[in-house]
Amino acid sequence: MASIVAQFLNGLASASTLFLIAVGLSLIFGVTRIVNFAHGSLYMLGLYAAYSLIDRFGPTPLGFWGGVIGAALLVGALGALVEVAILRRIYRAPELFQLLATFALVLVIRDAVLWHWGPEDLLGPRAPGFAGSVAILGKPFPEYDLLLIAVGPLVLVLLWLLLNRTRWGTLVRAATQDREMVGALGVNERWLFTGVFALGAFLAGLGGALQIPREPAQLFLDLTAISDAFVVVVVGGMGSIPGAFLAALLIGEIKALCIGLGTVTVGGVAISFSKLTLVVEFIVMAIVLIVRPYGLLGKPLAMQRGAGAPVELPARPDGRAMALAGLAVLAALAALPAAGTPYAVVLAIDILVFALFAASLQFIMGPAGMVSFGHAAYFGLGAYGAALLLKRAGLPMEATLALGPLVAALGAALFGAFVVRLSGVYLAMLTLAFAQIVWSIAFQWDAFTGGSNGLVGVWPSGWLSGKTAFYFLTLACVAAGVFLLRRIHFSPYGYALRAGRDSPLRADAIGLDIGRLQWVAFVIAGAFAGVAGALAGYSKGSISPEVMAVSRSVDGLVMVLLGGVQTLSGPLVGAAAFTWLQDTIARNTEYWRAILGATILFIVLAFPQGIVGQLAAWLGSRDRGAPEGMVGWRRRRA
Amino acid sequence: MEAAARMTVLAVENLSKSFGGVHAVRNVSFAVGAGELLALIGPNGAGKTTCFNMLNGQIRPDSGSVRLGGREIVGLAPRAVWRLGVGRTFQITATFASMTVRENVQMALLSHHRRVSSWWPRAARLYREEADRLLERVGMAEQAERACSVLAYGDLKRVELAVALANAPRLLLMDEPTAGMAPKERIALMALTAEIVRERGLAVLFTEHDMDVVFTHADRIIVLNRGTLIAAGRPADVRADAEVQAVYLGSRGHG
Repeated sequence: MASIVAQFLNGLASASTLFLIAVGLSLIFGVTRIVNFAHGSLYMLGLYAAYSLIDRFGPTPLGFWGGVIGAALLVGALGALVEVAILRRIYRAPELFQLLATFALVLVIRDAVLWHWGPEDLLGPRAPGFAGSVAILGKPFPEYDLLLIAVGPLVLVLLWLLLNRTRWGTLVRAATQDREMVGALGVNERWLFTGVFALGAFLAGLGGALQIPREPAQLFLDLTAISDAFVVVVVGGMGSIPGAFLAALLIGEIKALCIGLGTVTVGGVAISFSKLTLVVEFIVMAIVLIVRPYGLLGKPLAMQRGAGAPVELPARPDGRAMALAGLAVLAALAALPAAGTPYAVVLAIDILVFALFAASLQFIMGPAGMVSFGHAAYFGLGAYGAALLLKRAGLPMEATLALGPLVAALGAALFGAFVVRLSGVYLAMLTLAFAQIVWSIAFQWDAFTGGSNGLVGVWPSGWLSGKTAFYFLTLACVAAGVFLLRRIHFSPYGYALRAGRDSPLRADAIGLDIGRLQWVAFVIAGAFAGVAGALAGYSKGSISPEVMAVSRSVDGLVMVLLGGVQTLSGPLVGAAAFTWLQDTIARNTEYWRAILGATILFIVLAFPQGIVGQLAAWLGSRDRGAPEGMVGWRRRRA
Repeated sequence: MEAAARMTVLAVENLSKSFGGVHAVRNVSFAVGAGELLALIGPNGAGKTTCFNMLNGQIRPDSGSVRLGGREIVGLAPRAVWRLGVGRTFQITATFASMTVRENVQMALLSHHRRVSSWWPRAARLYREEADRLLERVGMAEQAERACSVLAYGDLKRVELAVALANAPRLLLMDEPTAGMAPKERIALMALTAEIVRERGLAVLFTEHDMDVVFTHADRIIVLNRGTLIAAGRPADVRADAEVQAVYLGSRGHG
């Protein structure tokens, strides 16, 4: 009994922290419609800043609390700076570009922290006055956690008062409903947006700073915090503050419950609930989204005028020039093993694999209009499918290369059936949830998947064991895959997919079953990602759960967006640029993330349509209305 | 000619729909015959759009029946209603912005010919002539290669008409076909629609705010006010109807 109460209180304490991070994210999204990937980084900065400030002020009550508040204020000010310097320029850009820009910030902040604080974990002092513990039902419980439990509801009440009892709050609520109207009423929305961003950043910083007596400041906290915050915001309903609170409580308690239960034996089968903590929040999110597509307290998002996807050019089927260019690239790639170094061949295999992965992601992001945050799941299913069939079923490598992608396609068929019922950010989050579930199965099922170590000895058959032979196999598979995807793009099915994205109303009125079309697209994309995954496994000789981690999904997104989401060759160029940049920078500096992030920011601000998208706009043909069509969002700005 | 003399294409009986206690449409019955242009008019908030959206399956009625050529279609999805031969244009045009004018029509033809599951052939090469004939008919042949995203609004309306004709429909549902167009274009578009209707023997139901368009082109008019049908008949009769005059003068009087 006592331990259950203690776990319940633990759950409340972590719910408070979750709420502080998530509520800022939700507030920012509600007003600016920006999904701030860097919110977890702001939380992490809060922790580091609090550590340094308390260190400087000394561990007195004044020093501690001054350090905590000071850190939160610093992070809030940084939020305002980021909003003014970067985000303000891209409010009218397609949603995905905003996402890419905030992701670039994640990279830059991560390396800035590494540079300033170093790679070691930093453990802060205990809170003066709250260092001890109190006995609850005879068990000691930290006083500081009791304090944290009170902070969540306190912040909720203060925010409610701010939003409902002040003029500023009224404007914020109005902007959440219809920001264009607020602008039309003569409110200076610029400062409103800056204010909201600063407030959201302040709350994230506060959430981080308050953690200082509980956990050390660590470098990976940015990504774990953002994924927790995303889950809470989505489960609660995007933009809903009470929803965020409710969801934080729900997830905090369920996690605590899993830890408390430990291993339970039901009917002779031991179920380890503590292992579930890694993934339980994603299971909750998946269930909530399947039952309530807009979260617990969310509403369908208000229509946003004039800020949708960039207007796309009518796709031009490949002409003779394009076919020749394709053949020339293929010929150059075929000549690489003879002309290049062995290292170049290895790097080229990586680039080819990621080109196919990015092309498969582009297929659902572009024509089908579905943004996936979890595409790595299908890359991973292909890799694990092939490796397990080789190692556990003893099938020949050649057969596993065909069957691995089939596993990925089956996974995509299962998850896709739920995914296509949603849209926008909610759809993206459900793909993330499924990816995390698959990842945690691979990560924890030691006996079958090799757990966190993964599988080794995943080598191709003898005739493919040379790097050159494997390179040609990869080249053949990737070239065939890319060709097929292009072919489908210009087929009646590809057109129908685009029709459903362009105008669901019209598509429905001419007999198209959009849900079914999208589901098929999801399966196709899953299968091709599976091919890339299977090839990746055999090229390295081993696989680990890393192949389907969130960061892999994000890499894919960055490649597609770098190249330009509405261009067919974009993902190929994006994958090549990204893989090559990462490889080159990582070999020369410790701070490759910052350089990559800065490069992405530059591209986002200078080429809002991606590299290939921008080239196409410059070279655009006049007869099909290209220049007007391609400058989509820039034109709307005027 | 009265509707009774024509072959009935669409028969609506006792259609009702309420939203949270508000009767948007109450016990509405009417029929449209082949070759006939029937206008559905009424002041703002009369229930025209609700009524319209129930006919092609976008909204499910609370009660009543909608029969197309004798077949009950209540409960069918819009895409299933389309398969039975109903073309639709929208108040705010809905076209595929990433496609050319011709491709928009080709898309509808591909769906009509049940080809959207093919993954290999080039879509742009299929049903090209058929699409061009439809574009020719609506006067858009010269702009076939242009992107829909750069067309003038009146031209978009013509593209929509061509798309709506792609499945050789028996019935056209046109929600405010001339909204947002210049007066000259309005008359031209409705004259074109009337011509096509006569030559193909289509049945057309349209809503419209422009009374010139209504009284010039409609064979019959039905008038909706606060969800109920208050008048039905030939233009001259409806124009003379006392209740219609009260509703229109009344609504004009209020602003």
